[in-house]
Amino acid sequence: MKHIQVLGTGCASCKTTVEMIRKMADELAVEIQLEKVEDIADIAAAGVMSTPGVIVDGKIVHAGGMPSRSAVHGWLSAQ
Amino acid sequence: MSNTIGQNIKLNPEHGLLDLPNRRPLLFLLLVAVAWVLIYAQLPAVAAYLTALLPVNQSGHLADSLRFLIFEAPKVLMLLTAVVMVMGMINSWFTPERTRAMLAGKHEGVGNVMAAMLGIVTPFCSCSAVPLFIGFVQAGVPLGVTFSFLIAAPMVNEVALTLLFALVGWKVALLYLALGLSIAIVSGWVIGRLHMEAYLEDWVRDMAKVNPDFKPEKLTMADRLQAGFQAVRDIVGRVWLYVVAGVAIGAGIHGYVPQDFMAGLMGRDASWWSVPAAILIGVPMYSNAAGIIPVVEALLAKGAALGTVLAFMMSVIALSFPEMVILRKVLKPRLIATFVGVVFSGILLVGLVFNAVL
Repeated sequence: MKHIQVLGTGCASCKTTVEMIRKMADELAVEIQLEKVEDIADIAAAGVMSTPGVIVDGKIVHAGGMPSRSAVHGWLSAQ
Repeated sequence: MSNTIGQNIKLNPEHGLLDLPNRRPLLFLLLVAVAWVLIYAQLPAVAAYLTALLPVNQSGHLADSLRFLIFEAPKVLMLLTAVVMVMGMINSWFTPERTRAMLAGKHEGVGNVMAAMLGIVTPFCSCSAVPLFIGFVQAGVPLGVTFSFLIAAPMVNEVALTLLFALVGWKVALLYLALGLSIAIVSGWVIGRLHMEAYLEDWVRDMAKVNPDFKPEKLTMADRLQAGFQAVRDIVGRVWLYVVAGVAIGAGIHGYVPQDFMAGLMGRDASWWSVPAAILIGVPMYSNAAGIIPVVEALLAKGAALGTVLAFMMSVIALSFPEMVILRKVLKPRLIATFVGVVFSGILLVGLVFNAVL
């Protein structure tokens, strides 16, 4: 099971990113553990400077702006 | 048999016209640019034609306002889309990580100037202000240099400059650029001189230092084009309504407010306190450049003084109350107060000097 964290302080695009990942995981029937990281200190500690950031299994895969659908698809389908 | 024919006829999306941005990004840009120029050149004629069709008294206030709205709104949106697209592509070269690596270890002075300039080209969203701030401090970017970036990034941005250019003229846009950069550079330098590192919140100071090294991503021209599309979707998608509403309010002011209405309140001969008053009114107003500039244009047209109006606009964009609330998480009150005081003074000076000189 993939562990996906979305880092953001609650701006609109952070929420949209969470929804987008959840929906696509449902469509692809991939089991994920989705977590939203909203604490500023935690976001900074992860090393993300522009939000929303996305971390998959401990690795930063995206920072700043909405990720594209194809990028999300890539994270979910990668083994 | 019929199956194979069907497959042959089916358009392969890899070779369709829709795929042109990915296969031939430069050709696509050229075609779009030509189409843009052709449409833009036809706007005045189309607007005049449409206004003439309206069932209103053609010489009345309503017609004046509508004429302004029908011409200005599409013009501004077209300019904005083009500039945001280009800036979105330019932004893809200047990620926050690269900017941080360029600023780390820079001395004050040169560092402040660089930080303010990079503030224009680095993508910035006020909801990222705090993570960015921490990221800079962690990598050893001096506090004053970080502030120069944080002041310039929201204040001097492509949306503000494009709207000023489109609605008020290139001279004022250029002035705004120069003054915004100066305020960011000087304010950051002053904050650096005051040595206020002790007024960062303790947990920020105690965070592990990071190495500012970064590996640039290899992006193709097609990737950058996609970044431009993304910027248009994000930024124009977010602000277009503000622009139209702003232009509509501006159109109302154009048609209905008497010519010298603002002269007494915000004009050159108004009392000295009109500049600080304009700044104070601007602080609790939380608008982006998109919403405020059409109003600014209308105020100017009705006799308000340029210095007072510029001060008002800078205050609305650079000194916003919500941003201070966000920054409070990483700065102690004294540093926030210093930040506000220094930027306030800078804007005040710009407003007063402008009113006195022009």
